Formats: sequence, C-alpha cells, structure tokens
Amino acid sequence: MMAKIFIDGKTYEVDPADNLLHVALSLGFDLPYFCWHPAMGSVGACRQCAVKQFKDENDTRGRLVMACMTPAAEGTRISIHDPEAAEFRASVIEWLMLNHPHDCPVCDEGGECHLQDMTVMTGHVYRRNRFKKRTYRNQYLGPFIHHEMNRCIQCYRCVRFYRDYAGGRDLDVFAAHDHVYFGRHEDGVLESEFSGNLVEVCPTGVFTDKTLQQHYTRKWDLQTAPSICAHCGLGCNTIPGERYGSLRRIVNRYHEEVNGYFLCDRGRYGYEFVNSPERIRQSRIKSAQPGELGIVPVEEVLSRLGEMLAPGTPLVGIGSPRASLEANFALRSLTGPENFFAGISANEARLHHRILNILREGPVPVASLREVERSDAVLVLGEDLTNTAPRLALALRQSVRNQPLERARQRNIDLWNDAALREIIQDEKGPLYILAPAGTRLDDVATSTTHLAPDDLARLGFAIAHLLDSAAPEVSGLPAELSSRAEEIAETLKAAKNPLIVSGTSLGSEAVIQAAASIAWALKAVNPDTRIVLTVPERNSLGLALLDNKDLDDAQEALERNPNAMLVILENDLYRRASTGSIDKLFDSAGQVVVIDSLENRTTAKADLVLPAATFAEGDGTLVNYEGRAQRYFQVLPPRDEIRESWRWIDELMRARHHELHGTWNDLDDVLRALSEQAPVFAPVLEIAPPEGFRLVEQKIPRQPHRYSGRTANRANITVHEPKPPDDPDAPLAFSMEGYKGQPPPSLIPRYWAPGWNSVQALNKFQAEVGGPLIGGSPGRRLIEPSAEARPSYPQDIPDAFVPREDEYLALPLYHIFGSEELSRLAPAIAERTPEVHAVLHPALAEKLAAADGQSIQIRLEGDTIRLPLRLDASLPEDLVGLPAGFPGIPANLPGWVKIELVSEEGA
Amino acid sequence: MESPLTRNIQPDRVPLDIKAVKRAGGYEALRKALKSMTPAEVTDTVKRSDLKGRGGAGFPTGPKWSFVPMGPEAPRPKYLVVNADEMEPGTFKDRLLLEGDPHQLIEGTILAAYAIQAEVGYIFLRAEYKEAERRLRKAIAEAYEAGYLGRNILGSAFSAGFNFELHLHVSAGRYMCGEETGLLNSLEGRRATPRAKPPFPQVSGLWGQPTIVNNVETLSCVPHIINNGPDWFKQLSYTEDGGTKIFGASGRVNHPGLWELPLGTTLRELIFEHAGGMKPGYQFRGVLPGGASTDFLTEEHLDVKLDFTSVQKAGSRLGTGTAIVLDDQTCPVGMVLNLERFFAQESCGWCTPCREGLPWIANTLEALEEGEGLPGDLDLLASHTRKLGPGNTFCALAPGAMEPLQSALKYFRADFERHIEEKRCPWRN
Repeated sequence: MMAKIFIDGKTYEVDPADNLLHVALSLGFDLPYFCWHPAMGSVGACRQCAVKQFKDENDTRGRLVMACMTPAAEGTRISIHDPEAAEFRASVIEWLMLNHPHDCPVCDEGGECHLQDMTVMTGHVYRRNRFKKRTYRNQYLGPFIHHEMNRCIQCYRCVRFYRDYAGGRDLDVFAAHDHVYFGRHEDGVLESEFSGNLVEVCPTGVFTDKTLQQHYTRKWDLQTAPSICAHCGLGCNTIPGERYGSLRRIVNRYHEEVNGYFLCDRGRYGYEFVNSPERIRQSRIKSAQPGELGIVPVEEVLSRLGEMLAPGTPLVGIGSPRASLEANFALRSLTGPENFFAGISANEARLHHRILNILREGPVPVASLREVERSDAVLVLGEDLTNTAPRLALALRQSVRNQPLERARQRNIDLWNDAALREIIQDEKGPLYILAPAGTRLDDVATSTTHLAPDDLARLGFAIAHLLDSAAPEVSGLPAELSSRAEEIAETLKAAKNPLIVSGTSLGSEAVIQAAASIAWALKAVNPDTRIVLTVPERNSLGLALLDNKDLDDAQEALERNPNAMLVILENDLYRRASTGSIDKLFDSAGQVVVIDSLENRTTAKADLVLPAATFAEGDGTLVNYEGRAQRYFQVLPPRDEIRESWRWIDELMRARHHELHGTWNDLDDVLRALSEQAPVFAPVLEIAPPEGFRLVEQKIPRQPHRYSGRTANRANITVHEPKPPDDPDAPLAFSMEGYKGQPPPSLIPRYWAPGWNSVQALNKFQAEVGGPLIGGSPGRRLIEPSAEARPSYPQDIPDAFVPREDEYLALPLYHIFGSEELSRLAPAIAERTPEVHAVLHPALAEKLAAADGQSIQIRLEGDTIRLPLRLDASLPEDLVGLPAGFPGIPANLPGWVKIELVSEEGA
Repeated sequence: MESPLTRNIQPDRVPLDIKAVKRAGGYEALRKALKSMTPAEVTDTVKRSDLKGRGGAGFPTGPKWSFVPMGPEAPRPKYLVVNADEMEPGTFKDRLLLEGDPHQLIEGTILAAYAIQAEVGYIFLRAEYKEAERRLRKAIAEAYEAGYLGRNILGSAFSAGFNFELHLHVSAGRYMCGEETGLLNSLEGRRATPRAKPPFPQVSGLWGQPTIVNNVETLSCVPHIINNGPDWFKQLSYTEDGGTKIFGASGRVNHPGLWELPLGTTLRELIFEHAGGMKPGYQFRGVLPGGASTDFLTEEHLDVKLDFTSVQKAGSRLGTGTAIVLDDQTCPVGMVLNLERFFAQESCGWCTPCREGLPWIANTLEALEEGEGLPGDLDLLASHTRKLGPGNTFCALAPGAMEPLQSALKYFRADFERHIEEKRCPWRN
C-alpha cells in the first residue's frame, strides 16, 4: 500500500513504511542530514533534516519536525522550502561550525566532505561566534585510520557503525555536553576488521584513510574506475583511485546485492600491493648464469618467444583463480582445452567442482550478501568467515537481528527507528550456530559454538541433515552431546522463515561441503526459502571452475606425457598451491617455463621468461564470485613500462606460435565473444557491461573528474606539449577528464559525484531509491541459476569420526584476514596488522609436549620442516594444530598430519 | 487544611519506623487495594482523582498508567520506576518526602506497580541524597520483612499472588538522568541520553519492556487517594487540579523552605506568607515559580494561582512548584548566566542545538557580564530562545533552559541593554 503525501504542495506516492528523509532523498530533494544513514536508520540526533509539517490543508503555521524521525504516513503535508525550516537548518550548520576548524585546505576530507556540502546546501556563510573553539587530543588508531577529533560534529555515526552495526568494542563515545569524544579508551590499533568504513561513515575529516594520507590526493585529482575487490571470493564492488601512476586508495562502490555500503579492511587497504617494489615491470629472460634473470628489451623477448614456441613444441598451460576469465580463457585457447589446467591442487579443484555442482544443479539457491542479511537462522559449518570472507561475516552479524525484530514489528515500531529497535531487541540474538575447528570473531553473536576436527564437523552436519529428512543417511556413533546439539540446530532451522547454511573451502574438506549441502537440501523440502552460501577462496575461483576442471596433478601427468613441453603459468604462485616437493617436480618435468605475473614470487624465480602482468588496477576483466555472479572490473590506470594485460601477452604467444586465433582479438569484447561462443555458460558476460563502442552523446565516460587539475602541467617538466591521453581500446571509459558528464550505466560508474554532493554520499543521486538498487539496476549477472525442482540424492559417504594418532597431529589451516591472502599481505598497512607466523596448540597439548606459550616448535609435514613460535588457544580441539594459512613457510597442503618436536633453547 | 503528604513527617525529618508508620495508617491503602480492588480499579481511582505528575511536566498519572499493555498477552516483565533524581536547580521537595517518609513512597510505588502489574521496581535516586539513600534502604528492608514487597504480597488471594521486587539504584549524577528516558538508559547502564518518543516507555521502556516512570511526590499521593477516594483528593485543592503540593521557596526570602499547600495557593501567599516575604533591604523583582526551567513571573503575577493551568496562562509553568525568587540586588543577567552554564554543562551532547547552542548562550551571557557584550547579542539570545524550542531539540532540556532566558529578556530587557551600553555589569562594583 502506497501513501499519498504532499511536499511543498505537490503530491507524491511513497511507501508509508519509510521516513520522510528517506522519501525526500529518494524523490531527489536536496535535504541535508548527518546522523541518518541508509544502512543504519534514524536516531534524530543532528536535527539537520528539519522540515515544516502541517496538520492538514488548513494549517498554515505548521511545526518543525525532523524528517528522519517522521513516518511518511498517508496524508502527511510537509514543506522543505518553508523559510523557518530553511533558517533552522542553516542554524544547525552554524552550531556545528562553531567549533569546527576552518582547516578545509589542509584537511584530507576537503573536496569530498559531507559537512562542506551540507554547509553550502543550507546557505550558512557568515561566522558570528566570537568565542574560543574547543580542542581535543587525537589518538593513534593503527595503520588504517587517522584521527582528528577537532573536526568532529558529533553525529554519532562512527560509534553507531563501529559498535552497533559491526560489533566492535573498542571505539566509543566518551564525556558529555560540548565535549563529547569519539575514540578509544586509550591510543591503540582499532580492533574491528571493518574499521576502514569509518572513513566513509564519518561525514567530515575526523576519521580519514591513513594510507591515502601517505600519498595524498584530492578526490578531484583521482583517476577512478569501477572495480572488483581482488582479495577474496565475495566480489565486493570497489572504486580504486590513481594519481601519477600509483594507486592511492579504495572506496566502496555500492552494490545492492553484494557489498551494500561497506567493505572489509582487507578490501579497502590491500590495494597497495599494486604499488609494491615487488612488482614486475619488465620482461626478463633467464641469462647464461643459472638462476639469474636478466631484463631484456621487449622486442628481444618477443623474438625469443618465436624460438621458444616453434610449432611442434608441446604446450602446457596452467591458469589461475586469481586471473580474470579472459586471461584464463586466452591461455586455454592457446594451449587447447586438453592442455590447460586450472592451477590449483587436486583437492581444491574437487571442492570447487563440488560447490559448482551444488549451486548449478540446485535445488537450493545461493544467497547474495543482501539475502544473507535478511536470513533469520544461520548455520555456519567449518568457516571462520571474518578471516576468510569478511564482508559475509558483517552480513551475518545483521542477520541475527531478524528474529528479535519481530517483536518490534508487533509493537508497531518503525523499522527505521534505530534506537527504538535496539532498545526492544537489547542483547537478544536470532539463531546463529557456528561449527568450526576453533573460535571465530563472530562467536560474540553466535547462539552456540562447537569446535571439532573437520571430519567431526561433517558428521555433525550430516546428523543435522538426517534429523531434517530421514532419507538422508544416519550418522552412527555420534556422542550424545553432539546429538542433542544437532537436534537443537535442526529444530531451529526448521522453524525459521529464511534459513541459511554457510560453508566453504577453507578446511579443504569435501565432506564438510557435502554435509552443508545435505542440510540445505533437507531443509529445502521443509522450507522453499532455504538458501546456501559456499565460500571460495579467490576472486575468480568459481569462474575458473566453470572454465576447467583439471588440476595440478593432471598438469604433472601432461608434462610427463609430453617431455620438454613448454609450461606457461598464468598469474599463479604454484608454491602456494601444493607441497614444495610436488611443485619442484612439476618444474623438473617441464621444458621452458614462461610465467606471466605481476609480483615476484617463488614461481617467477623458476621461470625462463617472465612477462609483467597487469593487476586489477591496470587491466580489465571479468570475475565470477561465490554466487556465480559475473562482474566486470576496469582499468584505473593504463599499464606502464612493459606491463600488459595477461590476455594480451598470451596473444603475443599466439603470434609466436602462429596460432589461428592471433589477430582475431583486437579488444576485450573480442575475447569475451569468443569465450561465450566456446562456453555458452558465459554468454551473459557480454551483457554485464556495455561494449567498448558504447557512447553517451557520442562520448566516452571520463575516468578523471571534471575538476581534475594540472592536466596541462603534469608533464610540463618534460615537455610543454600536453600529451594525448592514452587510448583505452577495451572499454567505453576514457583516461581523460573529457567526456560524458551525466550518469553512466551502473556498471560504468567511475565515482559518486553529483552537483552539490561531492562526498561519497552523492551515491543517493545514483540510486533509484536510497538504499535500493542503482538507477539502471545492479551491475553483474549470475551465470548459474539452479533448478528448483532438482532432487539430488544425498551423499552416503559419511566420514569416520576423527581418531587422534599416537605421534602425529592433524594440522589445520587457520586464516587471518591480514596475512593469509597472497596479494594484500604485500600492502604495508596490511603487513603492519599481520601477525608473526606461528603455530597454535591447545594448552593441554602444549603441556603434554612440555611446551610453553611463545616457545618455538618444529613442525614436519611431508618434506617440509618449519620452526614456529607457539601460541595457545583453548578453543582448538586438543589433538589439532593450527597453522596460519598462506603465511611464508607454512605448507600449502593443509590439512595434513604433522610431527611436532620441541626446539631446544640452544637450537633456537 | 489537610496535609496528607507531610502528615507523618517529623520536624527533624527522622522517619517513623514501620511499626509507627502502620500505627499512623501506613500500608492501609495497600491492604485495601490488594484485598478488594482490581488493578484496573486502582488505575481508575487515580484517574478520577485528576492527579497530575509532580515531576514538572504535569502529565495526568491515571491516563499514563492506562497506556501500559495489560492482560495475559502483555509483555513481561513490566517495570515501575521511581524518578527520585531530583536535580532541578532550586528544587528540593522530593528530598523532604524521601527523607521524611520513605514508607509513604514505597506504599505508593507498590500500589502503582499493582495497578500496572509490574514485577520489578527501581527507585532511581540522586547521587547526593545520601541521607535519603540510607533511609530508603532501611525502609525497603522493613517493607520486605513486613511482606509488603517480594512474593505473594500480603498473601492475598484476591490479588492472585501479586509479586513485586523493589530495588534502590543510586545515580552517578547527571541532570539528564531526571529526564524519564535518559533515566531509563542510565538505569540500563548506558549513557544518559534521551530516547525518541514514540515508542513511549509505557510500551518500550526499561530494557524495552513496558515501564512507568513516576515522580516521588506523585507516587506519595497515591496511598491517600486509595484510602480516601478521588473526590476527597480533588477537594484538597483550590482549583481543578487535584490534591496538595509541596511548594518551596528559595532566594532572599525570610524563611526559605517547603510547605505542603493546596494546589491553587497564590504565588503571593507562598512568598509573602509562608516564605515570610523578602529579607530586609531587598525588593521582589521576579520569580521562577517551578524550578530553573520555568519562565520568570513578576510583580503583576503575584496573584496567580499555583496550579498547572493558571501558571501556564500567566506564561510560565508550575514545574516542580519550588520558586526561586529574584531580588533587586541580584543581576538578572548573572542569574540567567548561572542557570545557562548549568544547562550547558548538563546537556548530554546528543542533539546539536542543545549541545552547541547552550554553550554559545552561556558564552554570550558571560560576555555581557564581563562588559564585552555587543549590540547584536540580544538578538542572538532571542533567536536561540526560539530555535531551541520544543520539537526542535531532541528532549525538553534545552527548551526548559530557554524559559528563564526568554522571560528574562522580556521582563528585564533594560538590564541586559545596560550591560551592553555601560560595558559592565551594573550590579558589580
């Protein structure tokens, strides 16, 4: 039911469940605000959105109300332009500016400051206050956030986001009256994995991006483009910004279904790997001295390629879940499908294909993050989501509110009335069961946590499935305590309206994923609104799985079948995929090795020829996230030096090989067309963004804002002639400030900026409704839509209960948001937050081994031996060892049985 | 003239113990209610008495109770909270009742809890009221021992085993805690910021549960209404607002103090009879009739009846009924500055106009007092009295703070102007 309301005499049809501010902004009015946030609701603190409300058509006096706290009820009559309301709004700014420093020119927020925008919008211009301003002491908050409290206007958004929304505990509001203070109880690193959102949540320059500050550039001087986060499989949408060839920052790019308004700190701060000194910028060929790589001119590289790739030389290609669909497809086209391999371990490939089958065949649809937020009973099986898929953990944190919210509905409390909702809900949480090997950062909102070895987790999962559907196989010999836990979980899931099962690949256990699917299938028969989420580790894990299902073991076999085959490795450090021994063997079996990658690693060190690849910042491409959603990212800056997009290097290989496809791919659209012809599942990728030839009023969309400065002076020290902007042959975006100034289609939005709205909050102007989809719809397309009618048969192979061994311990990978992911760990700010490499034991096991916290132990797994300091964690089951996944020296082939030895003090 | 509220209060304020209280008729009303009246009848009786809240806002008590959801479907538990956070400058009337007759308050509290069927009650006491704290603790313990608190109160089959636990909570001390929703937040261990209404506390109060917050004096009236009936209560007053009221006076009067008088007693009678008139050498200039957050009244208003309606008609509010008298040898600007400093200091910092506007006002008044006033200052102050009005701010603190200022600007404008013209405070040497 829509309601008819009147704004300044005009009639509008609106949703009466919304408040007047939400409605007014959605209708396009410029009504200033501070404390309200579309994802966090209204609290009525700042009093900035005052409008005049009239009782009826005869009421001429009216009274001021706060739009954010007033429902858009049928017949509501308001005036935004009423002089008294306008004067009051200007007064609110005047009050806020009494103490705000006049330091815009030296403030990092300047030029994209919501407070600046709102000040201009209300017309407050003249300072009347003649008294001293208040001042505060600023705090050190860690490597991500710079703190400048004097600028604070006390909108309370920071604590509402940090505490209420993200569950952080170490940022709060202190003191009272006009000395309210927002910070920590003492200086220190902000603990929340979502602290970076403060930069965008804060309407002015109190919390600013500390990494941006290291190489500061104004928003108007940043070249930006739509991008996709490179640091996990969720596919959050981002906007990276570049100046003078280096990446300066990442801000959120709103996607209604995926990341909404928020990013995790890995996604926001991992970008600096692009600027890393480890970047490969030149082609290199192995010189006469063994083990040395020499930089050679690209022309020589190309001619050498011709020799190396003489027809008849067998070719083996290894792709990567870190590379785009286009790059992987190009390599697959070069080698032929039979000689292209996915570049992941056999076990990981098996997991990805299991997940793909579960999603593809149905019947349970995958949940978008938006749907995750709306679920009302959740089971997490085997994942530490804050560390493996952080933004998903933030979404789950919202889901626990849904059941308690029912009580607010019963008492007719508006769902935007945030403080009232939290009052009703108090500490009550909806069901969230976490079954994992050890404690997680979501435990504080969990109904219960159960810590077990992977096989036991799977067994508990299968037991829940059996309770939901007796056709699912029974688990025999489950301890009574776990049986009753299974019963409780099954009953709770059955009673929910929107139940969700979450699992993923992080434990390397197919049984865990199978168990999660079985629960979802069993539940689906009871409740058609059941959803599933299966997380994958990398930005294109699922895209690669859709393209190919052959793993590194298969590659080894192929190399053995074709002695002296040339091995082409695409954006992949194989030593992160399998044991050192098996990768060494792979290289021993290969002939010449060509590696296309962006950063130095153990694999590039093995190469005979290294070709410098573009990162996400310098190349375009398509990625498929955990839900099968294909999304496009675009170059932020043109590749410099000899860096090229991987598919363009592969096209060079094709030329050298006299491959029939060479010359048929002039731009990205050609590659995508070929891809969709070869594999029809990818047909929608052609539609997820307009083709290169797309123009608006015959113009491209400029990556540089209309106020981009220094265009004619940037290179004046070299030449006074302004160079022609670089061409972008692949996208309808231009490396220029010239171009179409209006709103582009949603997949091509390079930044949020609108007249009068210079801050990130200009986003309001790009949405069909605030908090809703972008005008033109959400970008990206799901490639997989499961059949709702599918009736998969339950897997029968339930693993045996975990049995500890006499002299060995099962080592599990434990994940760290800062440190486990390959690329982001090279960003200095992330590195500062990365823990030292270590091993985790239960205190009882440590005692058994006579080891103390901090002492070093030696761990042996197959051929690898590592020495690690010990950390104790009572949440880890006693017979397990936790190792930080993805850290230097930590074996890639986890889980695995390891031997542990104490290192004597002299030895250390 | 009857004075039910102070009947049992000794001149030295040492309260009677529970035996003496019972001998004096204490807890009779509770017995009557629990043995013969339904909760709805208790509420109805209070409704018919026209009892209005004595905390300052004057909201009718019976109707307030009737907004609480009743019946088996009602959310549980429900709470009854006693607002004993008496922090309004110039107001000390609840202190008399708390120190002098804590059992009267406890009985009223149990009756109110019975009416709304609350299981748990809290007395939220001002931090500085140490004596009251001691006496309340003793009285609550006595009431538990006598079976007036706890489980199955009075063992009455009629009231179906009514249970009520009463706790004393001592505030850490902020003016905002006296605002009923700020009080609730504080009681929950949160910052004492106010809450938006709706939802009202009757629907979502303490820990999100149905809650009634009543002032000490309001609840102290309830046993007498139950004992003697609503008509008796109404006839206690001179006007349509029922009952007596603890009135007070401070300032340069001969006998500052507190008196229980019928509602409708005139301001003149209060100041010039009960308070004994102005001290020798001082002339009456004005009065804040109901605490710091009420408008000044002057000579011309001395015959105004002190009840909710009449004081409002005269341009002020009855408030807490405790008058602060301004004399001719005190600078009205200085007096208002003192008040505005207090309000600026006590702002919780939640909403912009209050947090930022009040310090600006205080700074401006201070400049006037220091001889640094500028011609535009009075316009600035006047515009603040409008902009910090009800509805513009989040709660009633800032609008209350504007009442003495706006009326001072009206009645003592010449004094403000002299500060600017003479570039000094004329009252200072």
